[in-house]
This record gives sequence, C-alpha cells and structure tokens, in this order.
Amino acid sequence: MNDKIISQVCSTYNNNKTRMMDIVTTLNKQLGGIDDESIDLIAKATGSPRVLVESTISFYSFLSKDKKGDVVVRLCNDVVDNMQGAKEIKEVFEQELGIKCGETTEDGKVTLEETPCIGMCDQAPAALINETVVTSLTKDKAKQVAQDLKGGAAAETLVKDLGDGNNANDLVKSMVNNNVKKKGEVIFADREDNVGLKAAIEKTPESIIEDLKISKLRGRGGAGFPTGLKWAFTRSADGDNKTVICNADEGEPGTFKDRVILTEECNLLFEGMTIGGYVIGAETGIIYLRGEYAYLKVFLEDALDKRREANLLGKNILGKDGFNFDIRIQLGAGAYICGEESSLISSCEGLRGDPKTRPPFPAQKGYLQTPTAVNNVETFCSVARILEKGGVWFAEIGTEASPGTKLLSISGDCDNPGVYEFEFGVTINDMLSESGAKDTKAVLVGGPSGQIIGKDDFDKAICYDDLATGGAIVVFNSTRDILKIALEYMEFFVEESCGYCTPCRAGNVLLRNCLENIVEGKGQTTDLKYLEELGESVQFSSRCGLGQTSPNPILSTLKNFKADYEALVKEDDGFNPAFDINKALSVAEDIQGRKSVIFNENH
Amino acid sequence: MSEKTIKFKIDGKEIQGKVGQTILEAAEEAGIYIPRLCHLKGITPHGSCRVCTVKVNGRPQTACTQPVVEGIEVENDTEEITEHRKNIIDMLFVEGNHFCMFCQKSGNCELQALAYRFGILAPKYPYQFPKRELDATHPDIFIDKNCCILCGRCVQTSKDIDGKNVFEFVGRGPEKQLAVNSKANLAGTDISVTDKAAEACPVGAIIKKQEGYAVPVGKRLYDIKPIGSEIENK
Ligand SMILES: Cc1cc2nc3c(=O)[nH]c(=O)nc-3n(C[C@H](O)[C@H](O)[C@H](O)COP(=O)(O)O)c2cc1C
Ligand code: SF4
Ligand code: FES
Repeated sequence: MNDKIISQVCSTYNNNKTRMMDIVTTLNKQLGGIDDESIDLIAKATGSPRVLVESTISFYSFLSKDKKGDVVVRLCNDVVDNMQGAKEIKEVFEQELGIKCGETTEDGKVTLEETPCIGMCDQAPAALINETVVTSLTKDKAKQVAQDLKGGAAAETLVKDLGDGNNANDLVKSMVNNNVKKKGEVIFADREDNVGLKAAIEKTPESIIEDLKISKLRGRGGAGFPTGLKWAFTRSADGDNKTVICNADEGEPGTFKDRVILTEECNLLFEGMTIGGYVIGAETGIIYLRGEYAYLKVFLEDALDKRREANLLGKNILGKDGFNFDIRIQLGAGAYICGEESSLISSCEGLRGDPKTRPPFPAQKGYLQTPTAVNNVETFCSVARILEKGGVWFAEIGTEASPGTKLLSISGDCDNPGVYEFEFGVTINDMLSESGAKDTKAVLVGGPSGQIIGKDDFDKAICYDDLATGGAIVVFNSTRDILKIALEYMEFFVEESCGYCTPCRAGNVLLRNCLENIVEGKGQTTDLKYLEELGESVQFSSRCGLGQTSPNPILSTLKNFKADYEALVKEDDGFNPAFDINKALSVAEDIQGRKSVIFNENH
Repeated sequence: MSEKTIKFKIDGKEIQGKVGQTILEAAEEAGIYIPRLCHLKGITPHGSCRVCTVKVNGRPQTACTQPVVEGIEVENDTEEITEHRKNIIDMLFVEGNHFCMFCQKSGNCELQALAYRFGILAPKYPYQFPKRELDATHPDIFIDKNCCILCGRCVQTSKDIDGKNVFEFVGRGPEKQLAVNSKANLAGTDISVTDKAAEACPVGAIIKKQEGYAVPVGKRLYDIKPIGSEIENK
C-alpha cells in the first residue's frame, strides 16, 4: 500500500539519493514513520544501500522508523522554558493525554515528546505540534490544547490569535510574535528592496569583494570569519558549479533572531544570497531551514516565486546576461549539529549530519564537491545593505574592529524578551537595563557553546574581540541555580553530539554524569579537577566546533561560579559519595531473587 | 604524486614529507610513531578516534587527516598531548564493555596495546556498562558490539577495498552504533570471510570464526613487542 506513495515521492525528487532528506521528511510526514519495508523501497528507488537510508533516518530527531501518532507534540525543554514552567506544562499534557513523554496514545492519535530549544525563548513555554508552533503556554492553555488534540483536532486549528507582522500572513497563520524591541541601522531599517542587488550587478565581483573588505563584515553565525575573504576564496576555487548556502538552522539554544528576519525581512536575505551568487559565480542557492521553522516554508517559497516572476531569480537576472541564480529550501529535521557548516552540507546531500573532514574546506569542496560559501542569515542581509549604502557607511557603525550591528535574542529573567538590534560594542550592563533585567546573577552569552558570565564581567562589550556571540543572550536572576542550568545545557550537548568522534561522544556523557552527582550533593572536591581536565581534553581533541565548545557550560561556571561548586562538594575522605551500594547490588539481587542480607535497605 | 619534498618539524626534528602525504604518513616514513586507532593504511582516513591529535603550529589537528605543509611545526610526544591521548583511550574503555581477559583479540588488539604503551592499567573514568548486541548469524564472521569503538575501519574498508557497503553507522551521539546492510543481520549481507572488511577491526568487535586460538595468548603481536615499535625500529 505504501509502495505507491513511496515511489511517487521518490520520483518527485527524480529518485535522486542526494535529495534523501526531502524524500524521508516528506514520507515521514505522510506515513507517520518509515519502517523497514519502506526503507527497502526507498533504497531500491534511489539506488542506495538500505543501511545508508537507515543511517540518515536514524540521525534526525524528527524522523523515525516507528510509527508515531497523527499528531506529534514536541514540548520545548530548553532552560528558559523550564524557568517559565515547562515542567508543569509537561505534567498537564501527560495527565490529560494519559501517556508519558515518549509515548503514543492507544488510539494512535497523539505522540508526546520533548525537544531542545525551538527558537521561541521570548514566548516560552512553547511547543511544536506537528509543524504548528504554540507559544506562551499556561497550564490552562495546555489543558485545552491536550483536550482538543484528544478530540481529534488538527494541529493548525490550535492557533486562535495570530501573531504580529507577517506571522498573521495567510501563508503563515502563526501565533508566534516577532517581539522586535529595538531597531537599528542595518537589518531592521527603513529601506527599499533590491537597491543593493541593482547596485551589485553594475559592479564587478572583485570590486564587491573589495567593498566587503572595506566594510570589515564578519560572519554573524558565531565563528566570525571575514565574509569578503570567504567569498574571495570560494570565487577563486576551481570548479564550474559553485554553491551559496544560507545557514538558517538557528539551533543554538536561546537564539531566535534569524526566525524574525525570515518572517519580516526575507527579501533582504534573498537579495544578499543573490549578490553572493553573483560574486562567487554560483548558480545554485540553498537555504537550510531548521525543521522547527517548517511553518515558514510555504511563505518563503511564495516569496521566492515572486522573485522569479520579477526576474530577481532565474536566468539573466535583471537583464544581466549570463547571471543565473536560483534558490531552493532544504528543510532540516531536528539536529543541532546541522548548523555546523560541513554537517549542514552533509545534510543537504541527503546524508546523516556528520561534519566533514577538513581540509578540504567548503570553499574548496563543499556541497556535492562544489566550492561552497555558507553564511548566516544575518550576514547575507548585511551584505545587501553594504551594497546599498557602501562599505565605508557600514564600517562606521559599531566599533573599529567589529563594525555594524548585531541582532541579539534576549530572553530569560528580563521584562522585555525579544530581538534587539544593537551596534557592536554594547555592554552587558547596557543590554540588561534596556531589556529590563533586574537582580541579575549570570548571563549566558552566545548560548551554551559560549560562556556563562557573572557580575564581574557585565562591563564587557559584545564584539569579536571581547564577548563574541551568534546572538543568544539568556539572563538569570539571583534565584536561579547556575549549576542546574549548566547541567541542563550539558544534557543538550549529550543529546546533540553527532557521535562521530570519541571525546565528544563519550566525554560529554562523563562530564554530565559528574556534574549531576555534584548537583545531587554527591560530589567531592576532587571532582572539580576531574571536570576541568576532562573538559579540556574534550575541547582539545574534538573534531568540530560542537565538541570543542560543549564543555563550556562547565568550564565557564568553574571559572565564574566556583563558589557554587565549593558549596556543594564534600572533602574527599576516601569514600566515593556517588556510590550507592543498594543500586549496585540490585542486579545481583534480581538474579538471586532475594535482598542482600548485609546491605538490605530496611536493615 | 609529485616528488617534491616538503620540509617540516616534529618535536623539533626536521622531517621530509611528500606532497599529498598526511603528517602521520610522513612521520611513519621517518620512523616516528604517532599513536592511532581509526587509521588503516589504504582506506580514506576517518579521523574519528582522535588519538593521533597533534599540535600543528599550536593548533590541535589529527595527524591522520592533516596534509604536510612546508615549514609547519608539529608537536607529538609532549606531556600535554600524551595526557589528552590517555584520556581518550580511557573514554573508549569505559564507553564499551572491554573484557580483555576473555577476549579472543587479546594480544592482537590495538586498543589494549595502546593502553599498555601508555601505561594505563585501569581507566580513571567510571565504567558505563552499556547494553550492546551480538550478531553470530553469519557462518564465518561474528560481531560483538560490546567492544566496538566506532572507528569506521570496517565501514570504509568495505567501501574502498571490497567495493561493497556491508557496514554503516546508525543513531547519533552516545546511541551511535554499527549497523549492517540488511534488514536482519550480518548473515543477510553480501560479506564474505575473504573480504578485507572482515579483518579491519582493531579490537574484538568483528572476529573471524574458527581461528580463535591459532596463536596462543602470550605469543601474539603485541604480547611480544609494544604497538608502534614496528615503526620506531624500522
Ligand atoms: C555545533 C555548531 C552549530 C552551529 N549552528 C549555527 C547556526 O545555527 N547558524 C549559523 O549561522 N551558524 C552556525 N554555526 C556556525 C557555522 O558553522 C558557520 O560558521 C556559519 O554558518 C558561517 O556563516 P557566517 O560566516 O556568516 O557566520 C554552528 C557551528 C557549530 C560548530
Ligand atoms: S565534536 Fe565530534 S562527535 Fe561532536 S559533533 Fe563534532 S564531530 Fe560529532
Ligand atoms: S587515527 Fe587519526 S583520528 Fe583516529
């Protein structure tokens, strides 16, 4: 019965195995899960080994072999959501649906799961229900949602009030809010569409690279690589076909600024990508859109269509002979690692999201071996503005070494969570007062892969040579337990490690377990050195940026909140406080069918 | 491959490499052993175990994947790097279930041999005791995932040398594991006992049946000489 659906979907993508992500995400949606028979059929249609298809499916959290409910509820369990009552929301869902997280109701209607940050920290607690986002959940709202779903309501019908701006667009119809709290000169500015692109095609690619160098624009996705240099490398790399990719994976917990650009300024992004195509000499453009933002896909596709009609995409763009460029959307399926640029490329090629071995770098051999430039959403938007207003204009905004503005996603313990466009150089103190944060104990800068800093560092500035960030700022007030927060972030990295390399796959589990012991009061003084040394080995030896930064929640709190650790750990007295004799004996007791005589709990 | 030589240094010693060589290969030719696990001559390097991590001009890189470049300064045998390598080996031991005393591979196992070379007698991390599967369905080859270290050697050997796709990885993070190209098990694949993939495993995770004690314990490869000495004593 599935044969027909499967062959249909595979042929939609020309039975092309490099489009495996599209094939399996579409089928997963239609069939509720991709079982062994279906895997065989997909393998046959696309000419891939079946184990490779299975490998891809098994990698992504939104795909599964087991059939799930008609509706899958994914409760966001990010730190910020938990601070705002997500645990109670979960209890309500479990109670109303009569199932635990990870289970499906007996009638096969609803599956309940948890998922890391879905990019809604400014309207937490939030959940993803199929592709529909529900925000600002309260216990009452959760109860209503659960009851509606039990009664067979479709996910889309759960949206009662529409959000602001394009969230209310007919093609979006979402209750998400933009919450733009501060506009700046670059991204959320008054401007006219396509002025940058029109200026670009009057210039040579080389002179545009020169403009970008003058602007000193650096990547907004976190790593901060100079954009002009990246584009120059990709342009000069050997290869007839080249690729421009926009990284809209936005998976760093606490980041949601790209979502707002995609909702309100997608034409600025497309304009920047098209300029990228012109500069690099690429005809292929891809937007890697995180699966959590699938609700924006139709809206974005419509915007792309309109650009094609206006000859802003396609062949001989704006009458420029030989300037051909088009963009497709590649949907992700729940994997933080796919924000890492080489994993993202693997995913676009239909594979599991493992990072690639470097060299070769994407600029040399990226997507399907073509020279590829991967840039963040905000970076492309900045490029379009630089072409409109000039590199000098841009270089004068912000600081000397970090020009321009930076979108910050601010959430947590503050009165006005949302997206802020600040000039580079803004201090943590300024940011805290502008967002209405009071009694602040700690700030997470750059998400869990960044740093958790304390009061001593609040006079530091956001810029590439002080506090660098892809945009996540989470505020914690004095009532918060910083070590529990660090533990939750370690849990995130354990979940999201791709598992390719030893230190990240095995080391993060050991780090998490040790911190858990400490938080539970079972730690000892020697654990602090253990954490530090283990954390350094994971940082040093890991294969990609995930493992190289994953010990940061521990290492930065060991540095900035040492007293919190010291208050919890006991002097080492030769006994291991984490050792539980009853637990250790329980397996043997089960086999024996009786309790230990000496270590009986009731002894 | 061009014959032009590339001069660089490992721990201060001048080395000559060739264009296209990795640091690990050039070092090996010069009689310097860089510890490794997932590396296997003749297949695409995987770069996953991270044991071969060296510092290149101060930055950590894996010697098995990093090409030689004129003038680079490589650190290999330093206290700092040795400490990280020992930690990685420890992680591999506690992540799986490695019972050397009754493992058929004992003495020929590269993980065990590395531990001995580094003087590790017991890992410093707590054992995780994961639940892992066995697959004894194939008449000639046996899989014991208890000791699989996810090095990828079988996966890549099957592709690069045998021209098949018998193995691949499924799952991610700590749940990542070896899988075979069949709905059921190894018996359902096209692997043959003469495939190079059947002997690519550095540990006791893929074992050929019927040749268990052909060489007695005590007389095996690394019982006689420490791992790496074949390179150092060249
Ligand atoms: C684990 C990991 C996750 C990442 N996630 C993102 C992301 O969601 N968005 C992004 O733009 N960059 C992300 N990056 C950085 C990208 O690898 C890459 O540097 C960036 O997309 C380059 O664009 P830029 O130069 O415009 O910043 C991530 C990196 C790592 C290591
Ligand atoms: S550090 Fe290693 S295991 Fe972790 S995500 Fe990167 S490649 Fe995968
Ligand atoms: S030998 Fe280089 S990473 Fe394993």
